[in-house]
Amino acid sequence: MNRFEVVTPRDLPNAVKLLSGRNHAALAGGVDLLDLLKQNIVAPQSLVNLKGVGAMDAIETDESGGVRIGALVKLSEVAANPTLRERYGAVAEAAAQAATPQVRNLATVGGNLLQRPRCWYFRHPDVNCLKKGGDRCYAPGGLNRYHAILGGGPSFIVHPSNLAPALVAFAASVKLIGPGGERTLELERFFTLPRIDPTRENVLDTGEVLIEVMIPAPAPGAASAYLEAREKQSFDWPLVSVAAIVVSDDTHLIRDARVVMGAVAPIPWRSHEAETALRGARLDSSAAARAAEVALKPAAPLSDNGYKVPIAKALVRRAVLRAGGIETA
Amino acid sequence: MAKKQLVETTINGEPVEFLCEPRQSLLESLRDILGLTGSKEGCLTGDCGACTVLVDDRPVCSCLMLGVEARGKKITTVEGLAEGTKLHPLQQKFLEDASLQCGICTPGFLMSAKSLLDRNPNPTEAEIRYALAGNLCRCTGYDKIVRAVMDAAKVIQAR
Repeated sequence: MNRFEVVTPRDLPNAVKLLSGRNHAALAGGVDLLDLLKQNIVAPQSLVNLKGVGAMDAIETDESGGVRIGALVKLSEVAANPTLRERYGAVAEAAAQAATPQVRNLATVGGNLLQRPRCWYFRHPDVNCLKKGGDRCYAPGGLNRYHAILGGGPSFIVHPSNLAPALVAFAASVKLIGPGGERTLELERFFTLPRIDPTRENVLDTGEVLIEVMIPAPAPGAASAYLEAREKQSFDWPLVSVAAIVVSDDTHLIRDARVVMGAVAPIPWRSHEAETALRGARLDSSAAARAAEVALKPAAPLSDNGYKVPIAKALVRRAVLRAGGIETA
Repeated sequence: MAKKQLVETTINGEPVEFLCEPRQSLLESLRDILGLTGSKEGCLTGDCGACTVLVDDRPVCSCLMLGVEARGKKITTVEGLAEGTKLHPLQQKFLEDASLQCGICTPGFLMSAKSLLDRNPNPTEAEIRYALAGNLCRCTGYDKIVRAVMDAAKVIQAR
């Protein structure tokens, strides 16, 4: 790890000013940043401690019935929040299933969305891969069991965030503040594919700080579910995760649906195909299976990650059924 | 070289001041600067939980937090568990139930379990396992650890 200083700005505008300078990194929960520092993947001169500026640490209901989550809210607070548990079940569940209790007490919502990929080539200090400005992605033709089956190329990382698929499913937006002022972006548009720029996972500009996540009020009759499959340990990164929202009536007629997969693509992967298949259908196991089938139709696995396809199908099917109030084995 | 910073904090109920480099973790600060070697260094990546301490009563991995971030916080380490020579019920039950072999994971387990019992003195076995999911043990197979936490809960409830 390089030597750095830690500076605590007195307010957000000063944090933005500092972060606009060269070689500064924002410090929130620090979970991913410390990992990157220890592996010498990043070597900033200064860490700008956002926890010192106050605010950004509350979960609030707004006038329109939506919820605003400050970027410094901890995952453990998301998991325990009564409003989120009741109305945005998939979001609370995604937070509850992330990592370990100790990590959830440190990790923040902003950090979870902005964390860098877990790809072992990217994380290896001696590998200068495409993501770090090198000339190739080592996943195709290399060890790629945890890599992308959708949306890959030229880099095949998967986005590691647990929260992102659930938040995208709920049509969340993020508020960013930077040298040019404030802007609000749909979270779905915030993430960006490697074919646009393989060195980044989102459109956050230099000096910009993600300060808040806003989730609109769910549609009447909406219910959600979040499921993930892991290799072995409870704290393993998901092999596949799925967030589903189903808006239906008493007869299980689906008025609207959202299906977003995690850990399968370089961004949280929304399946419009599955959503179209579900809309207007009556929810039962065959409708859910059809949605799962079309969701994975575009999948293009690498040499060692084809196993993710049947797992993703099973999770889409189960998440859709669970969101619609039908329990599955 | 970055200058050392003065950190004023509270550790195990006592006000403490120490000087650390900005890049030193809370774990390094506790062990190497303050001599509190009860918290163990395992993976340094937040997976094993051997370095677990309580920050404002919540368990965190002290290897994932910088020492300077302890400023103004309330830190509890395994050294703060016993009252003088009287062991905490968790420590007593870990001994009686043979819940440790090599012992390197034990301080972390004790701190995670203490945080659970402080919030929920009568946890179910599932709640105990969920609370201890961030602590790895390669010797015991976990069963005796879970049993010790259940036994300690009974002692605490009977007080």
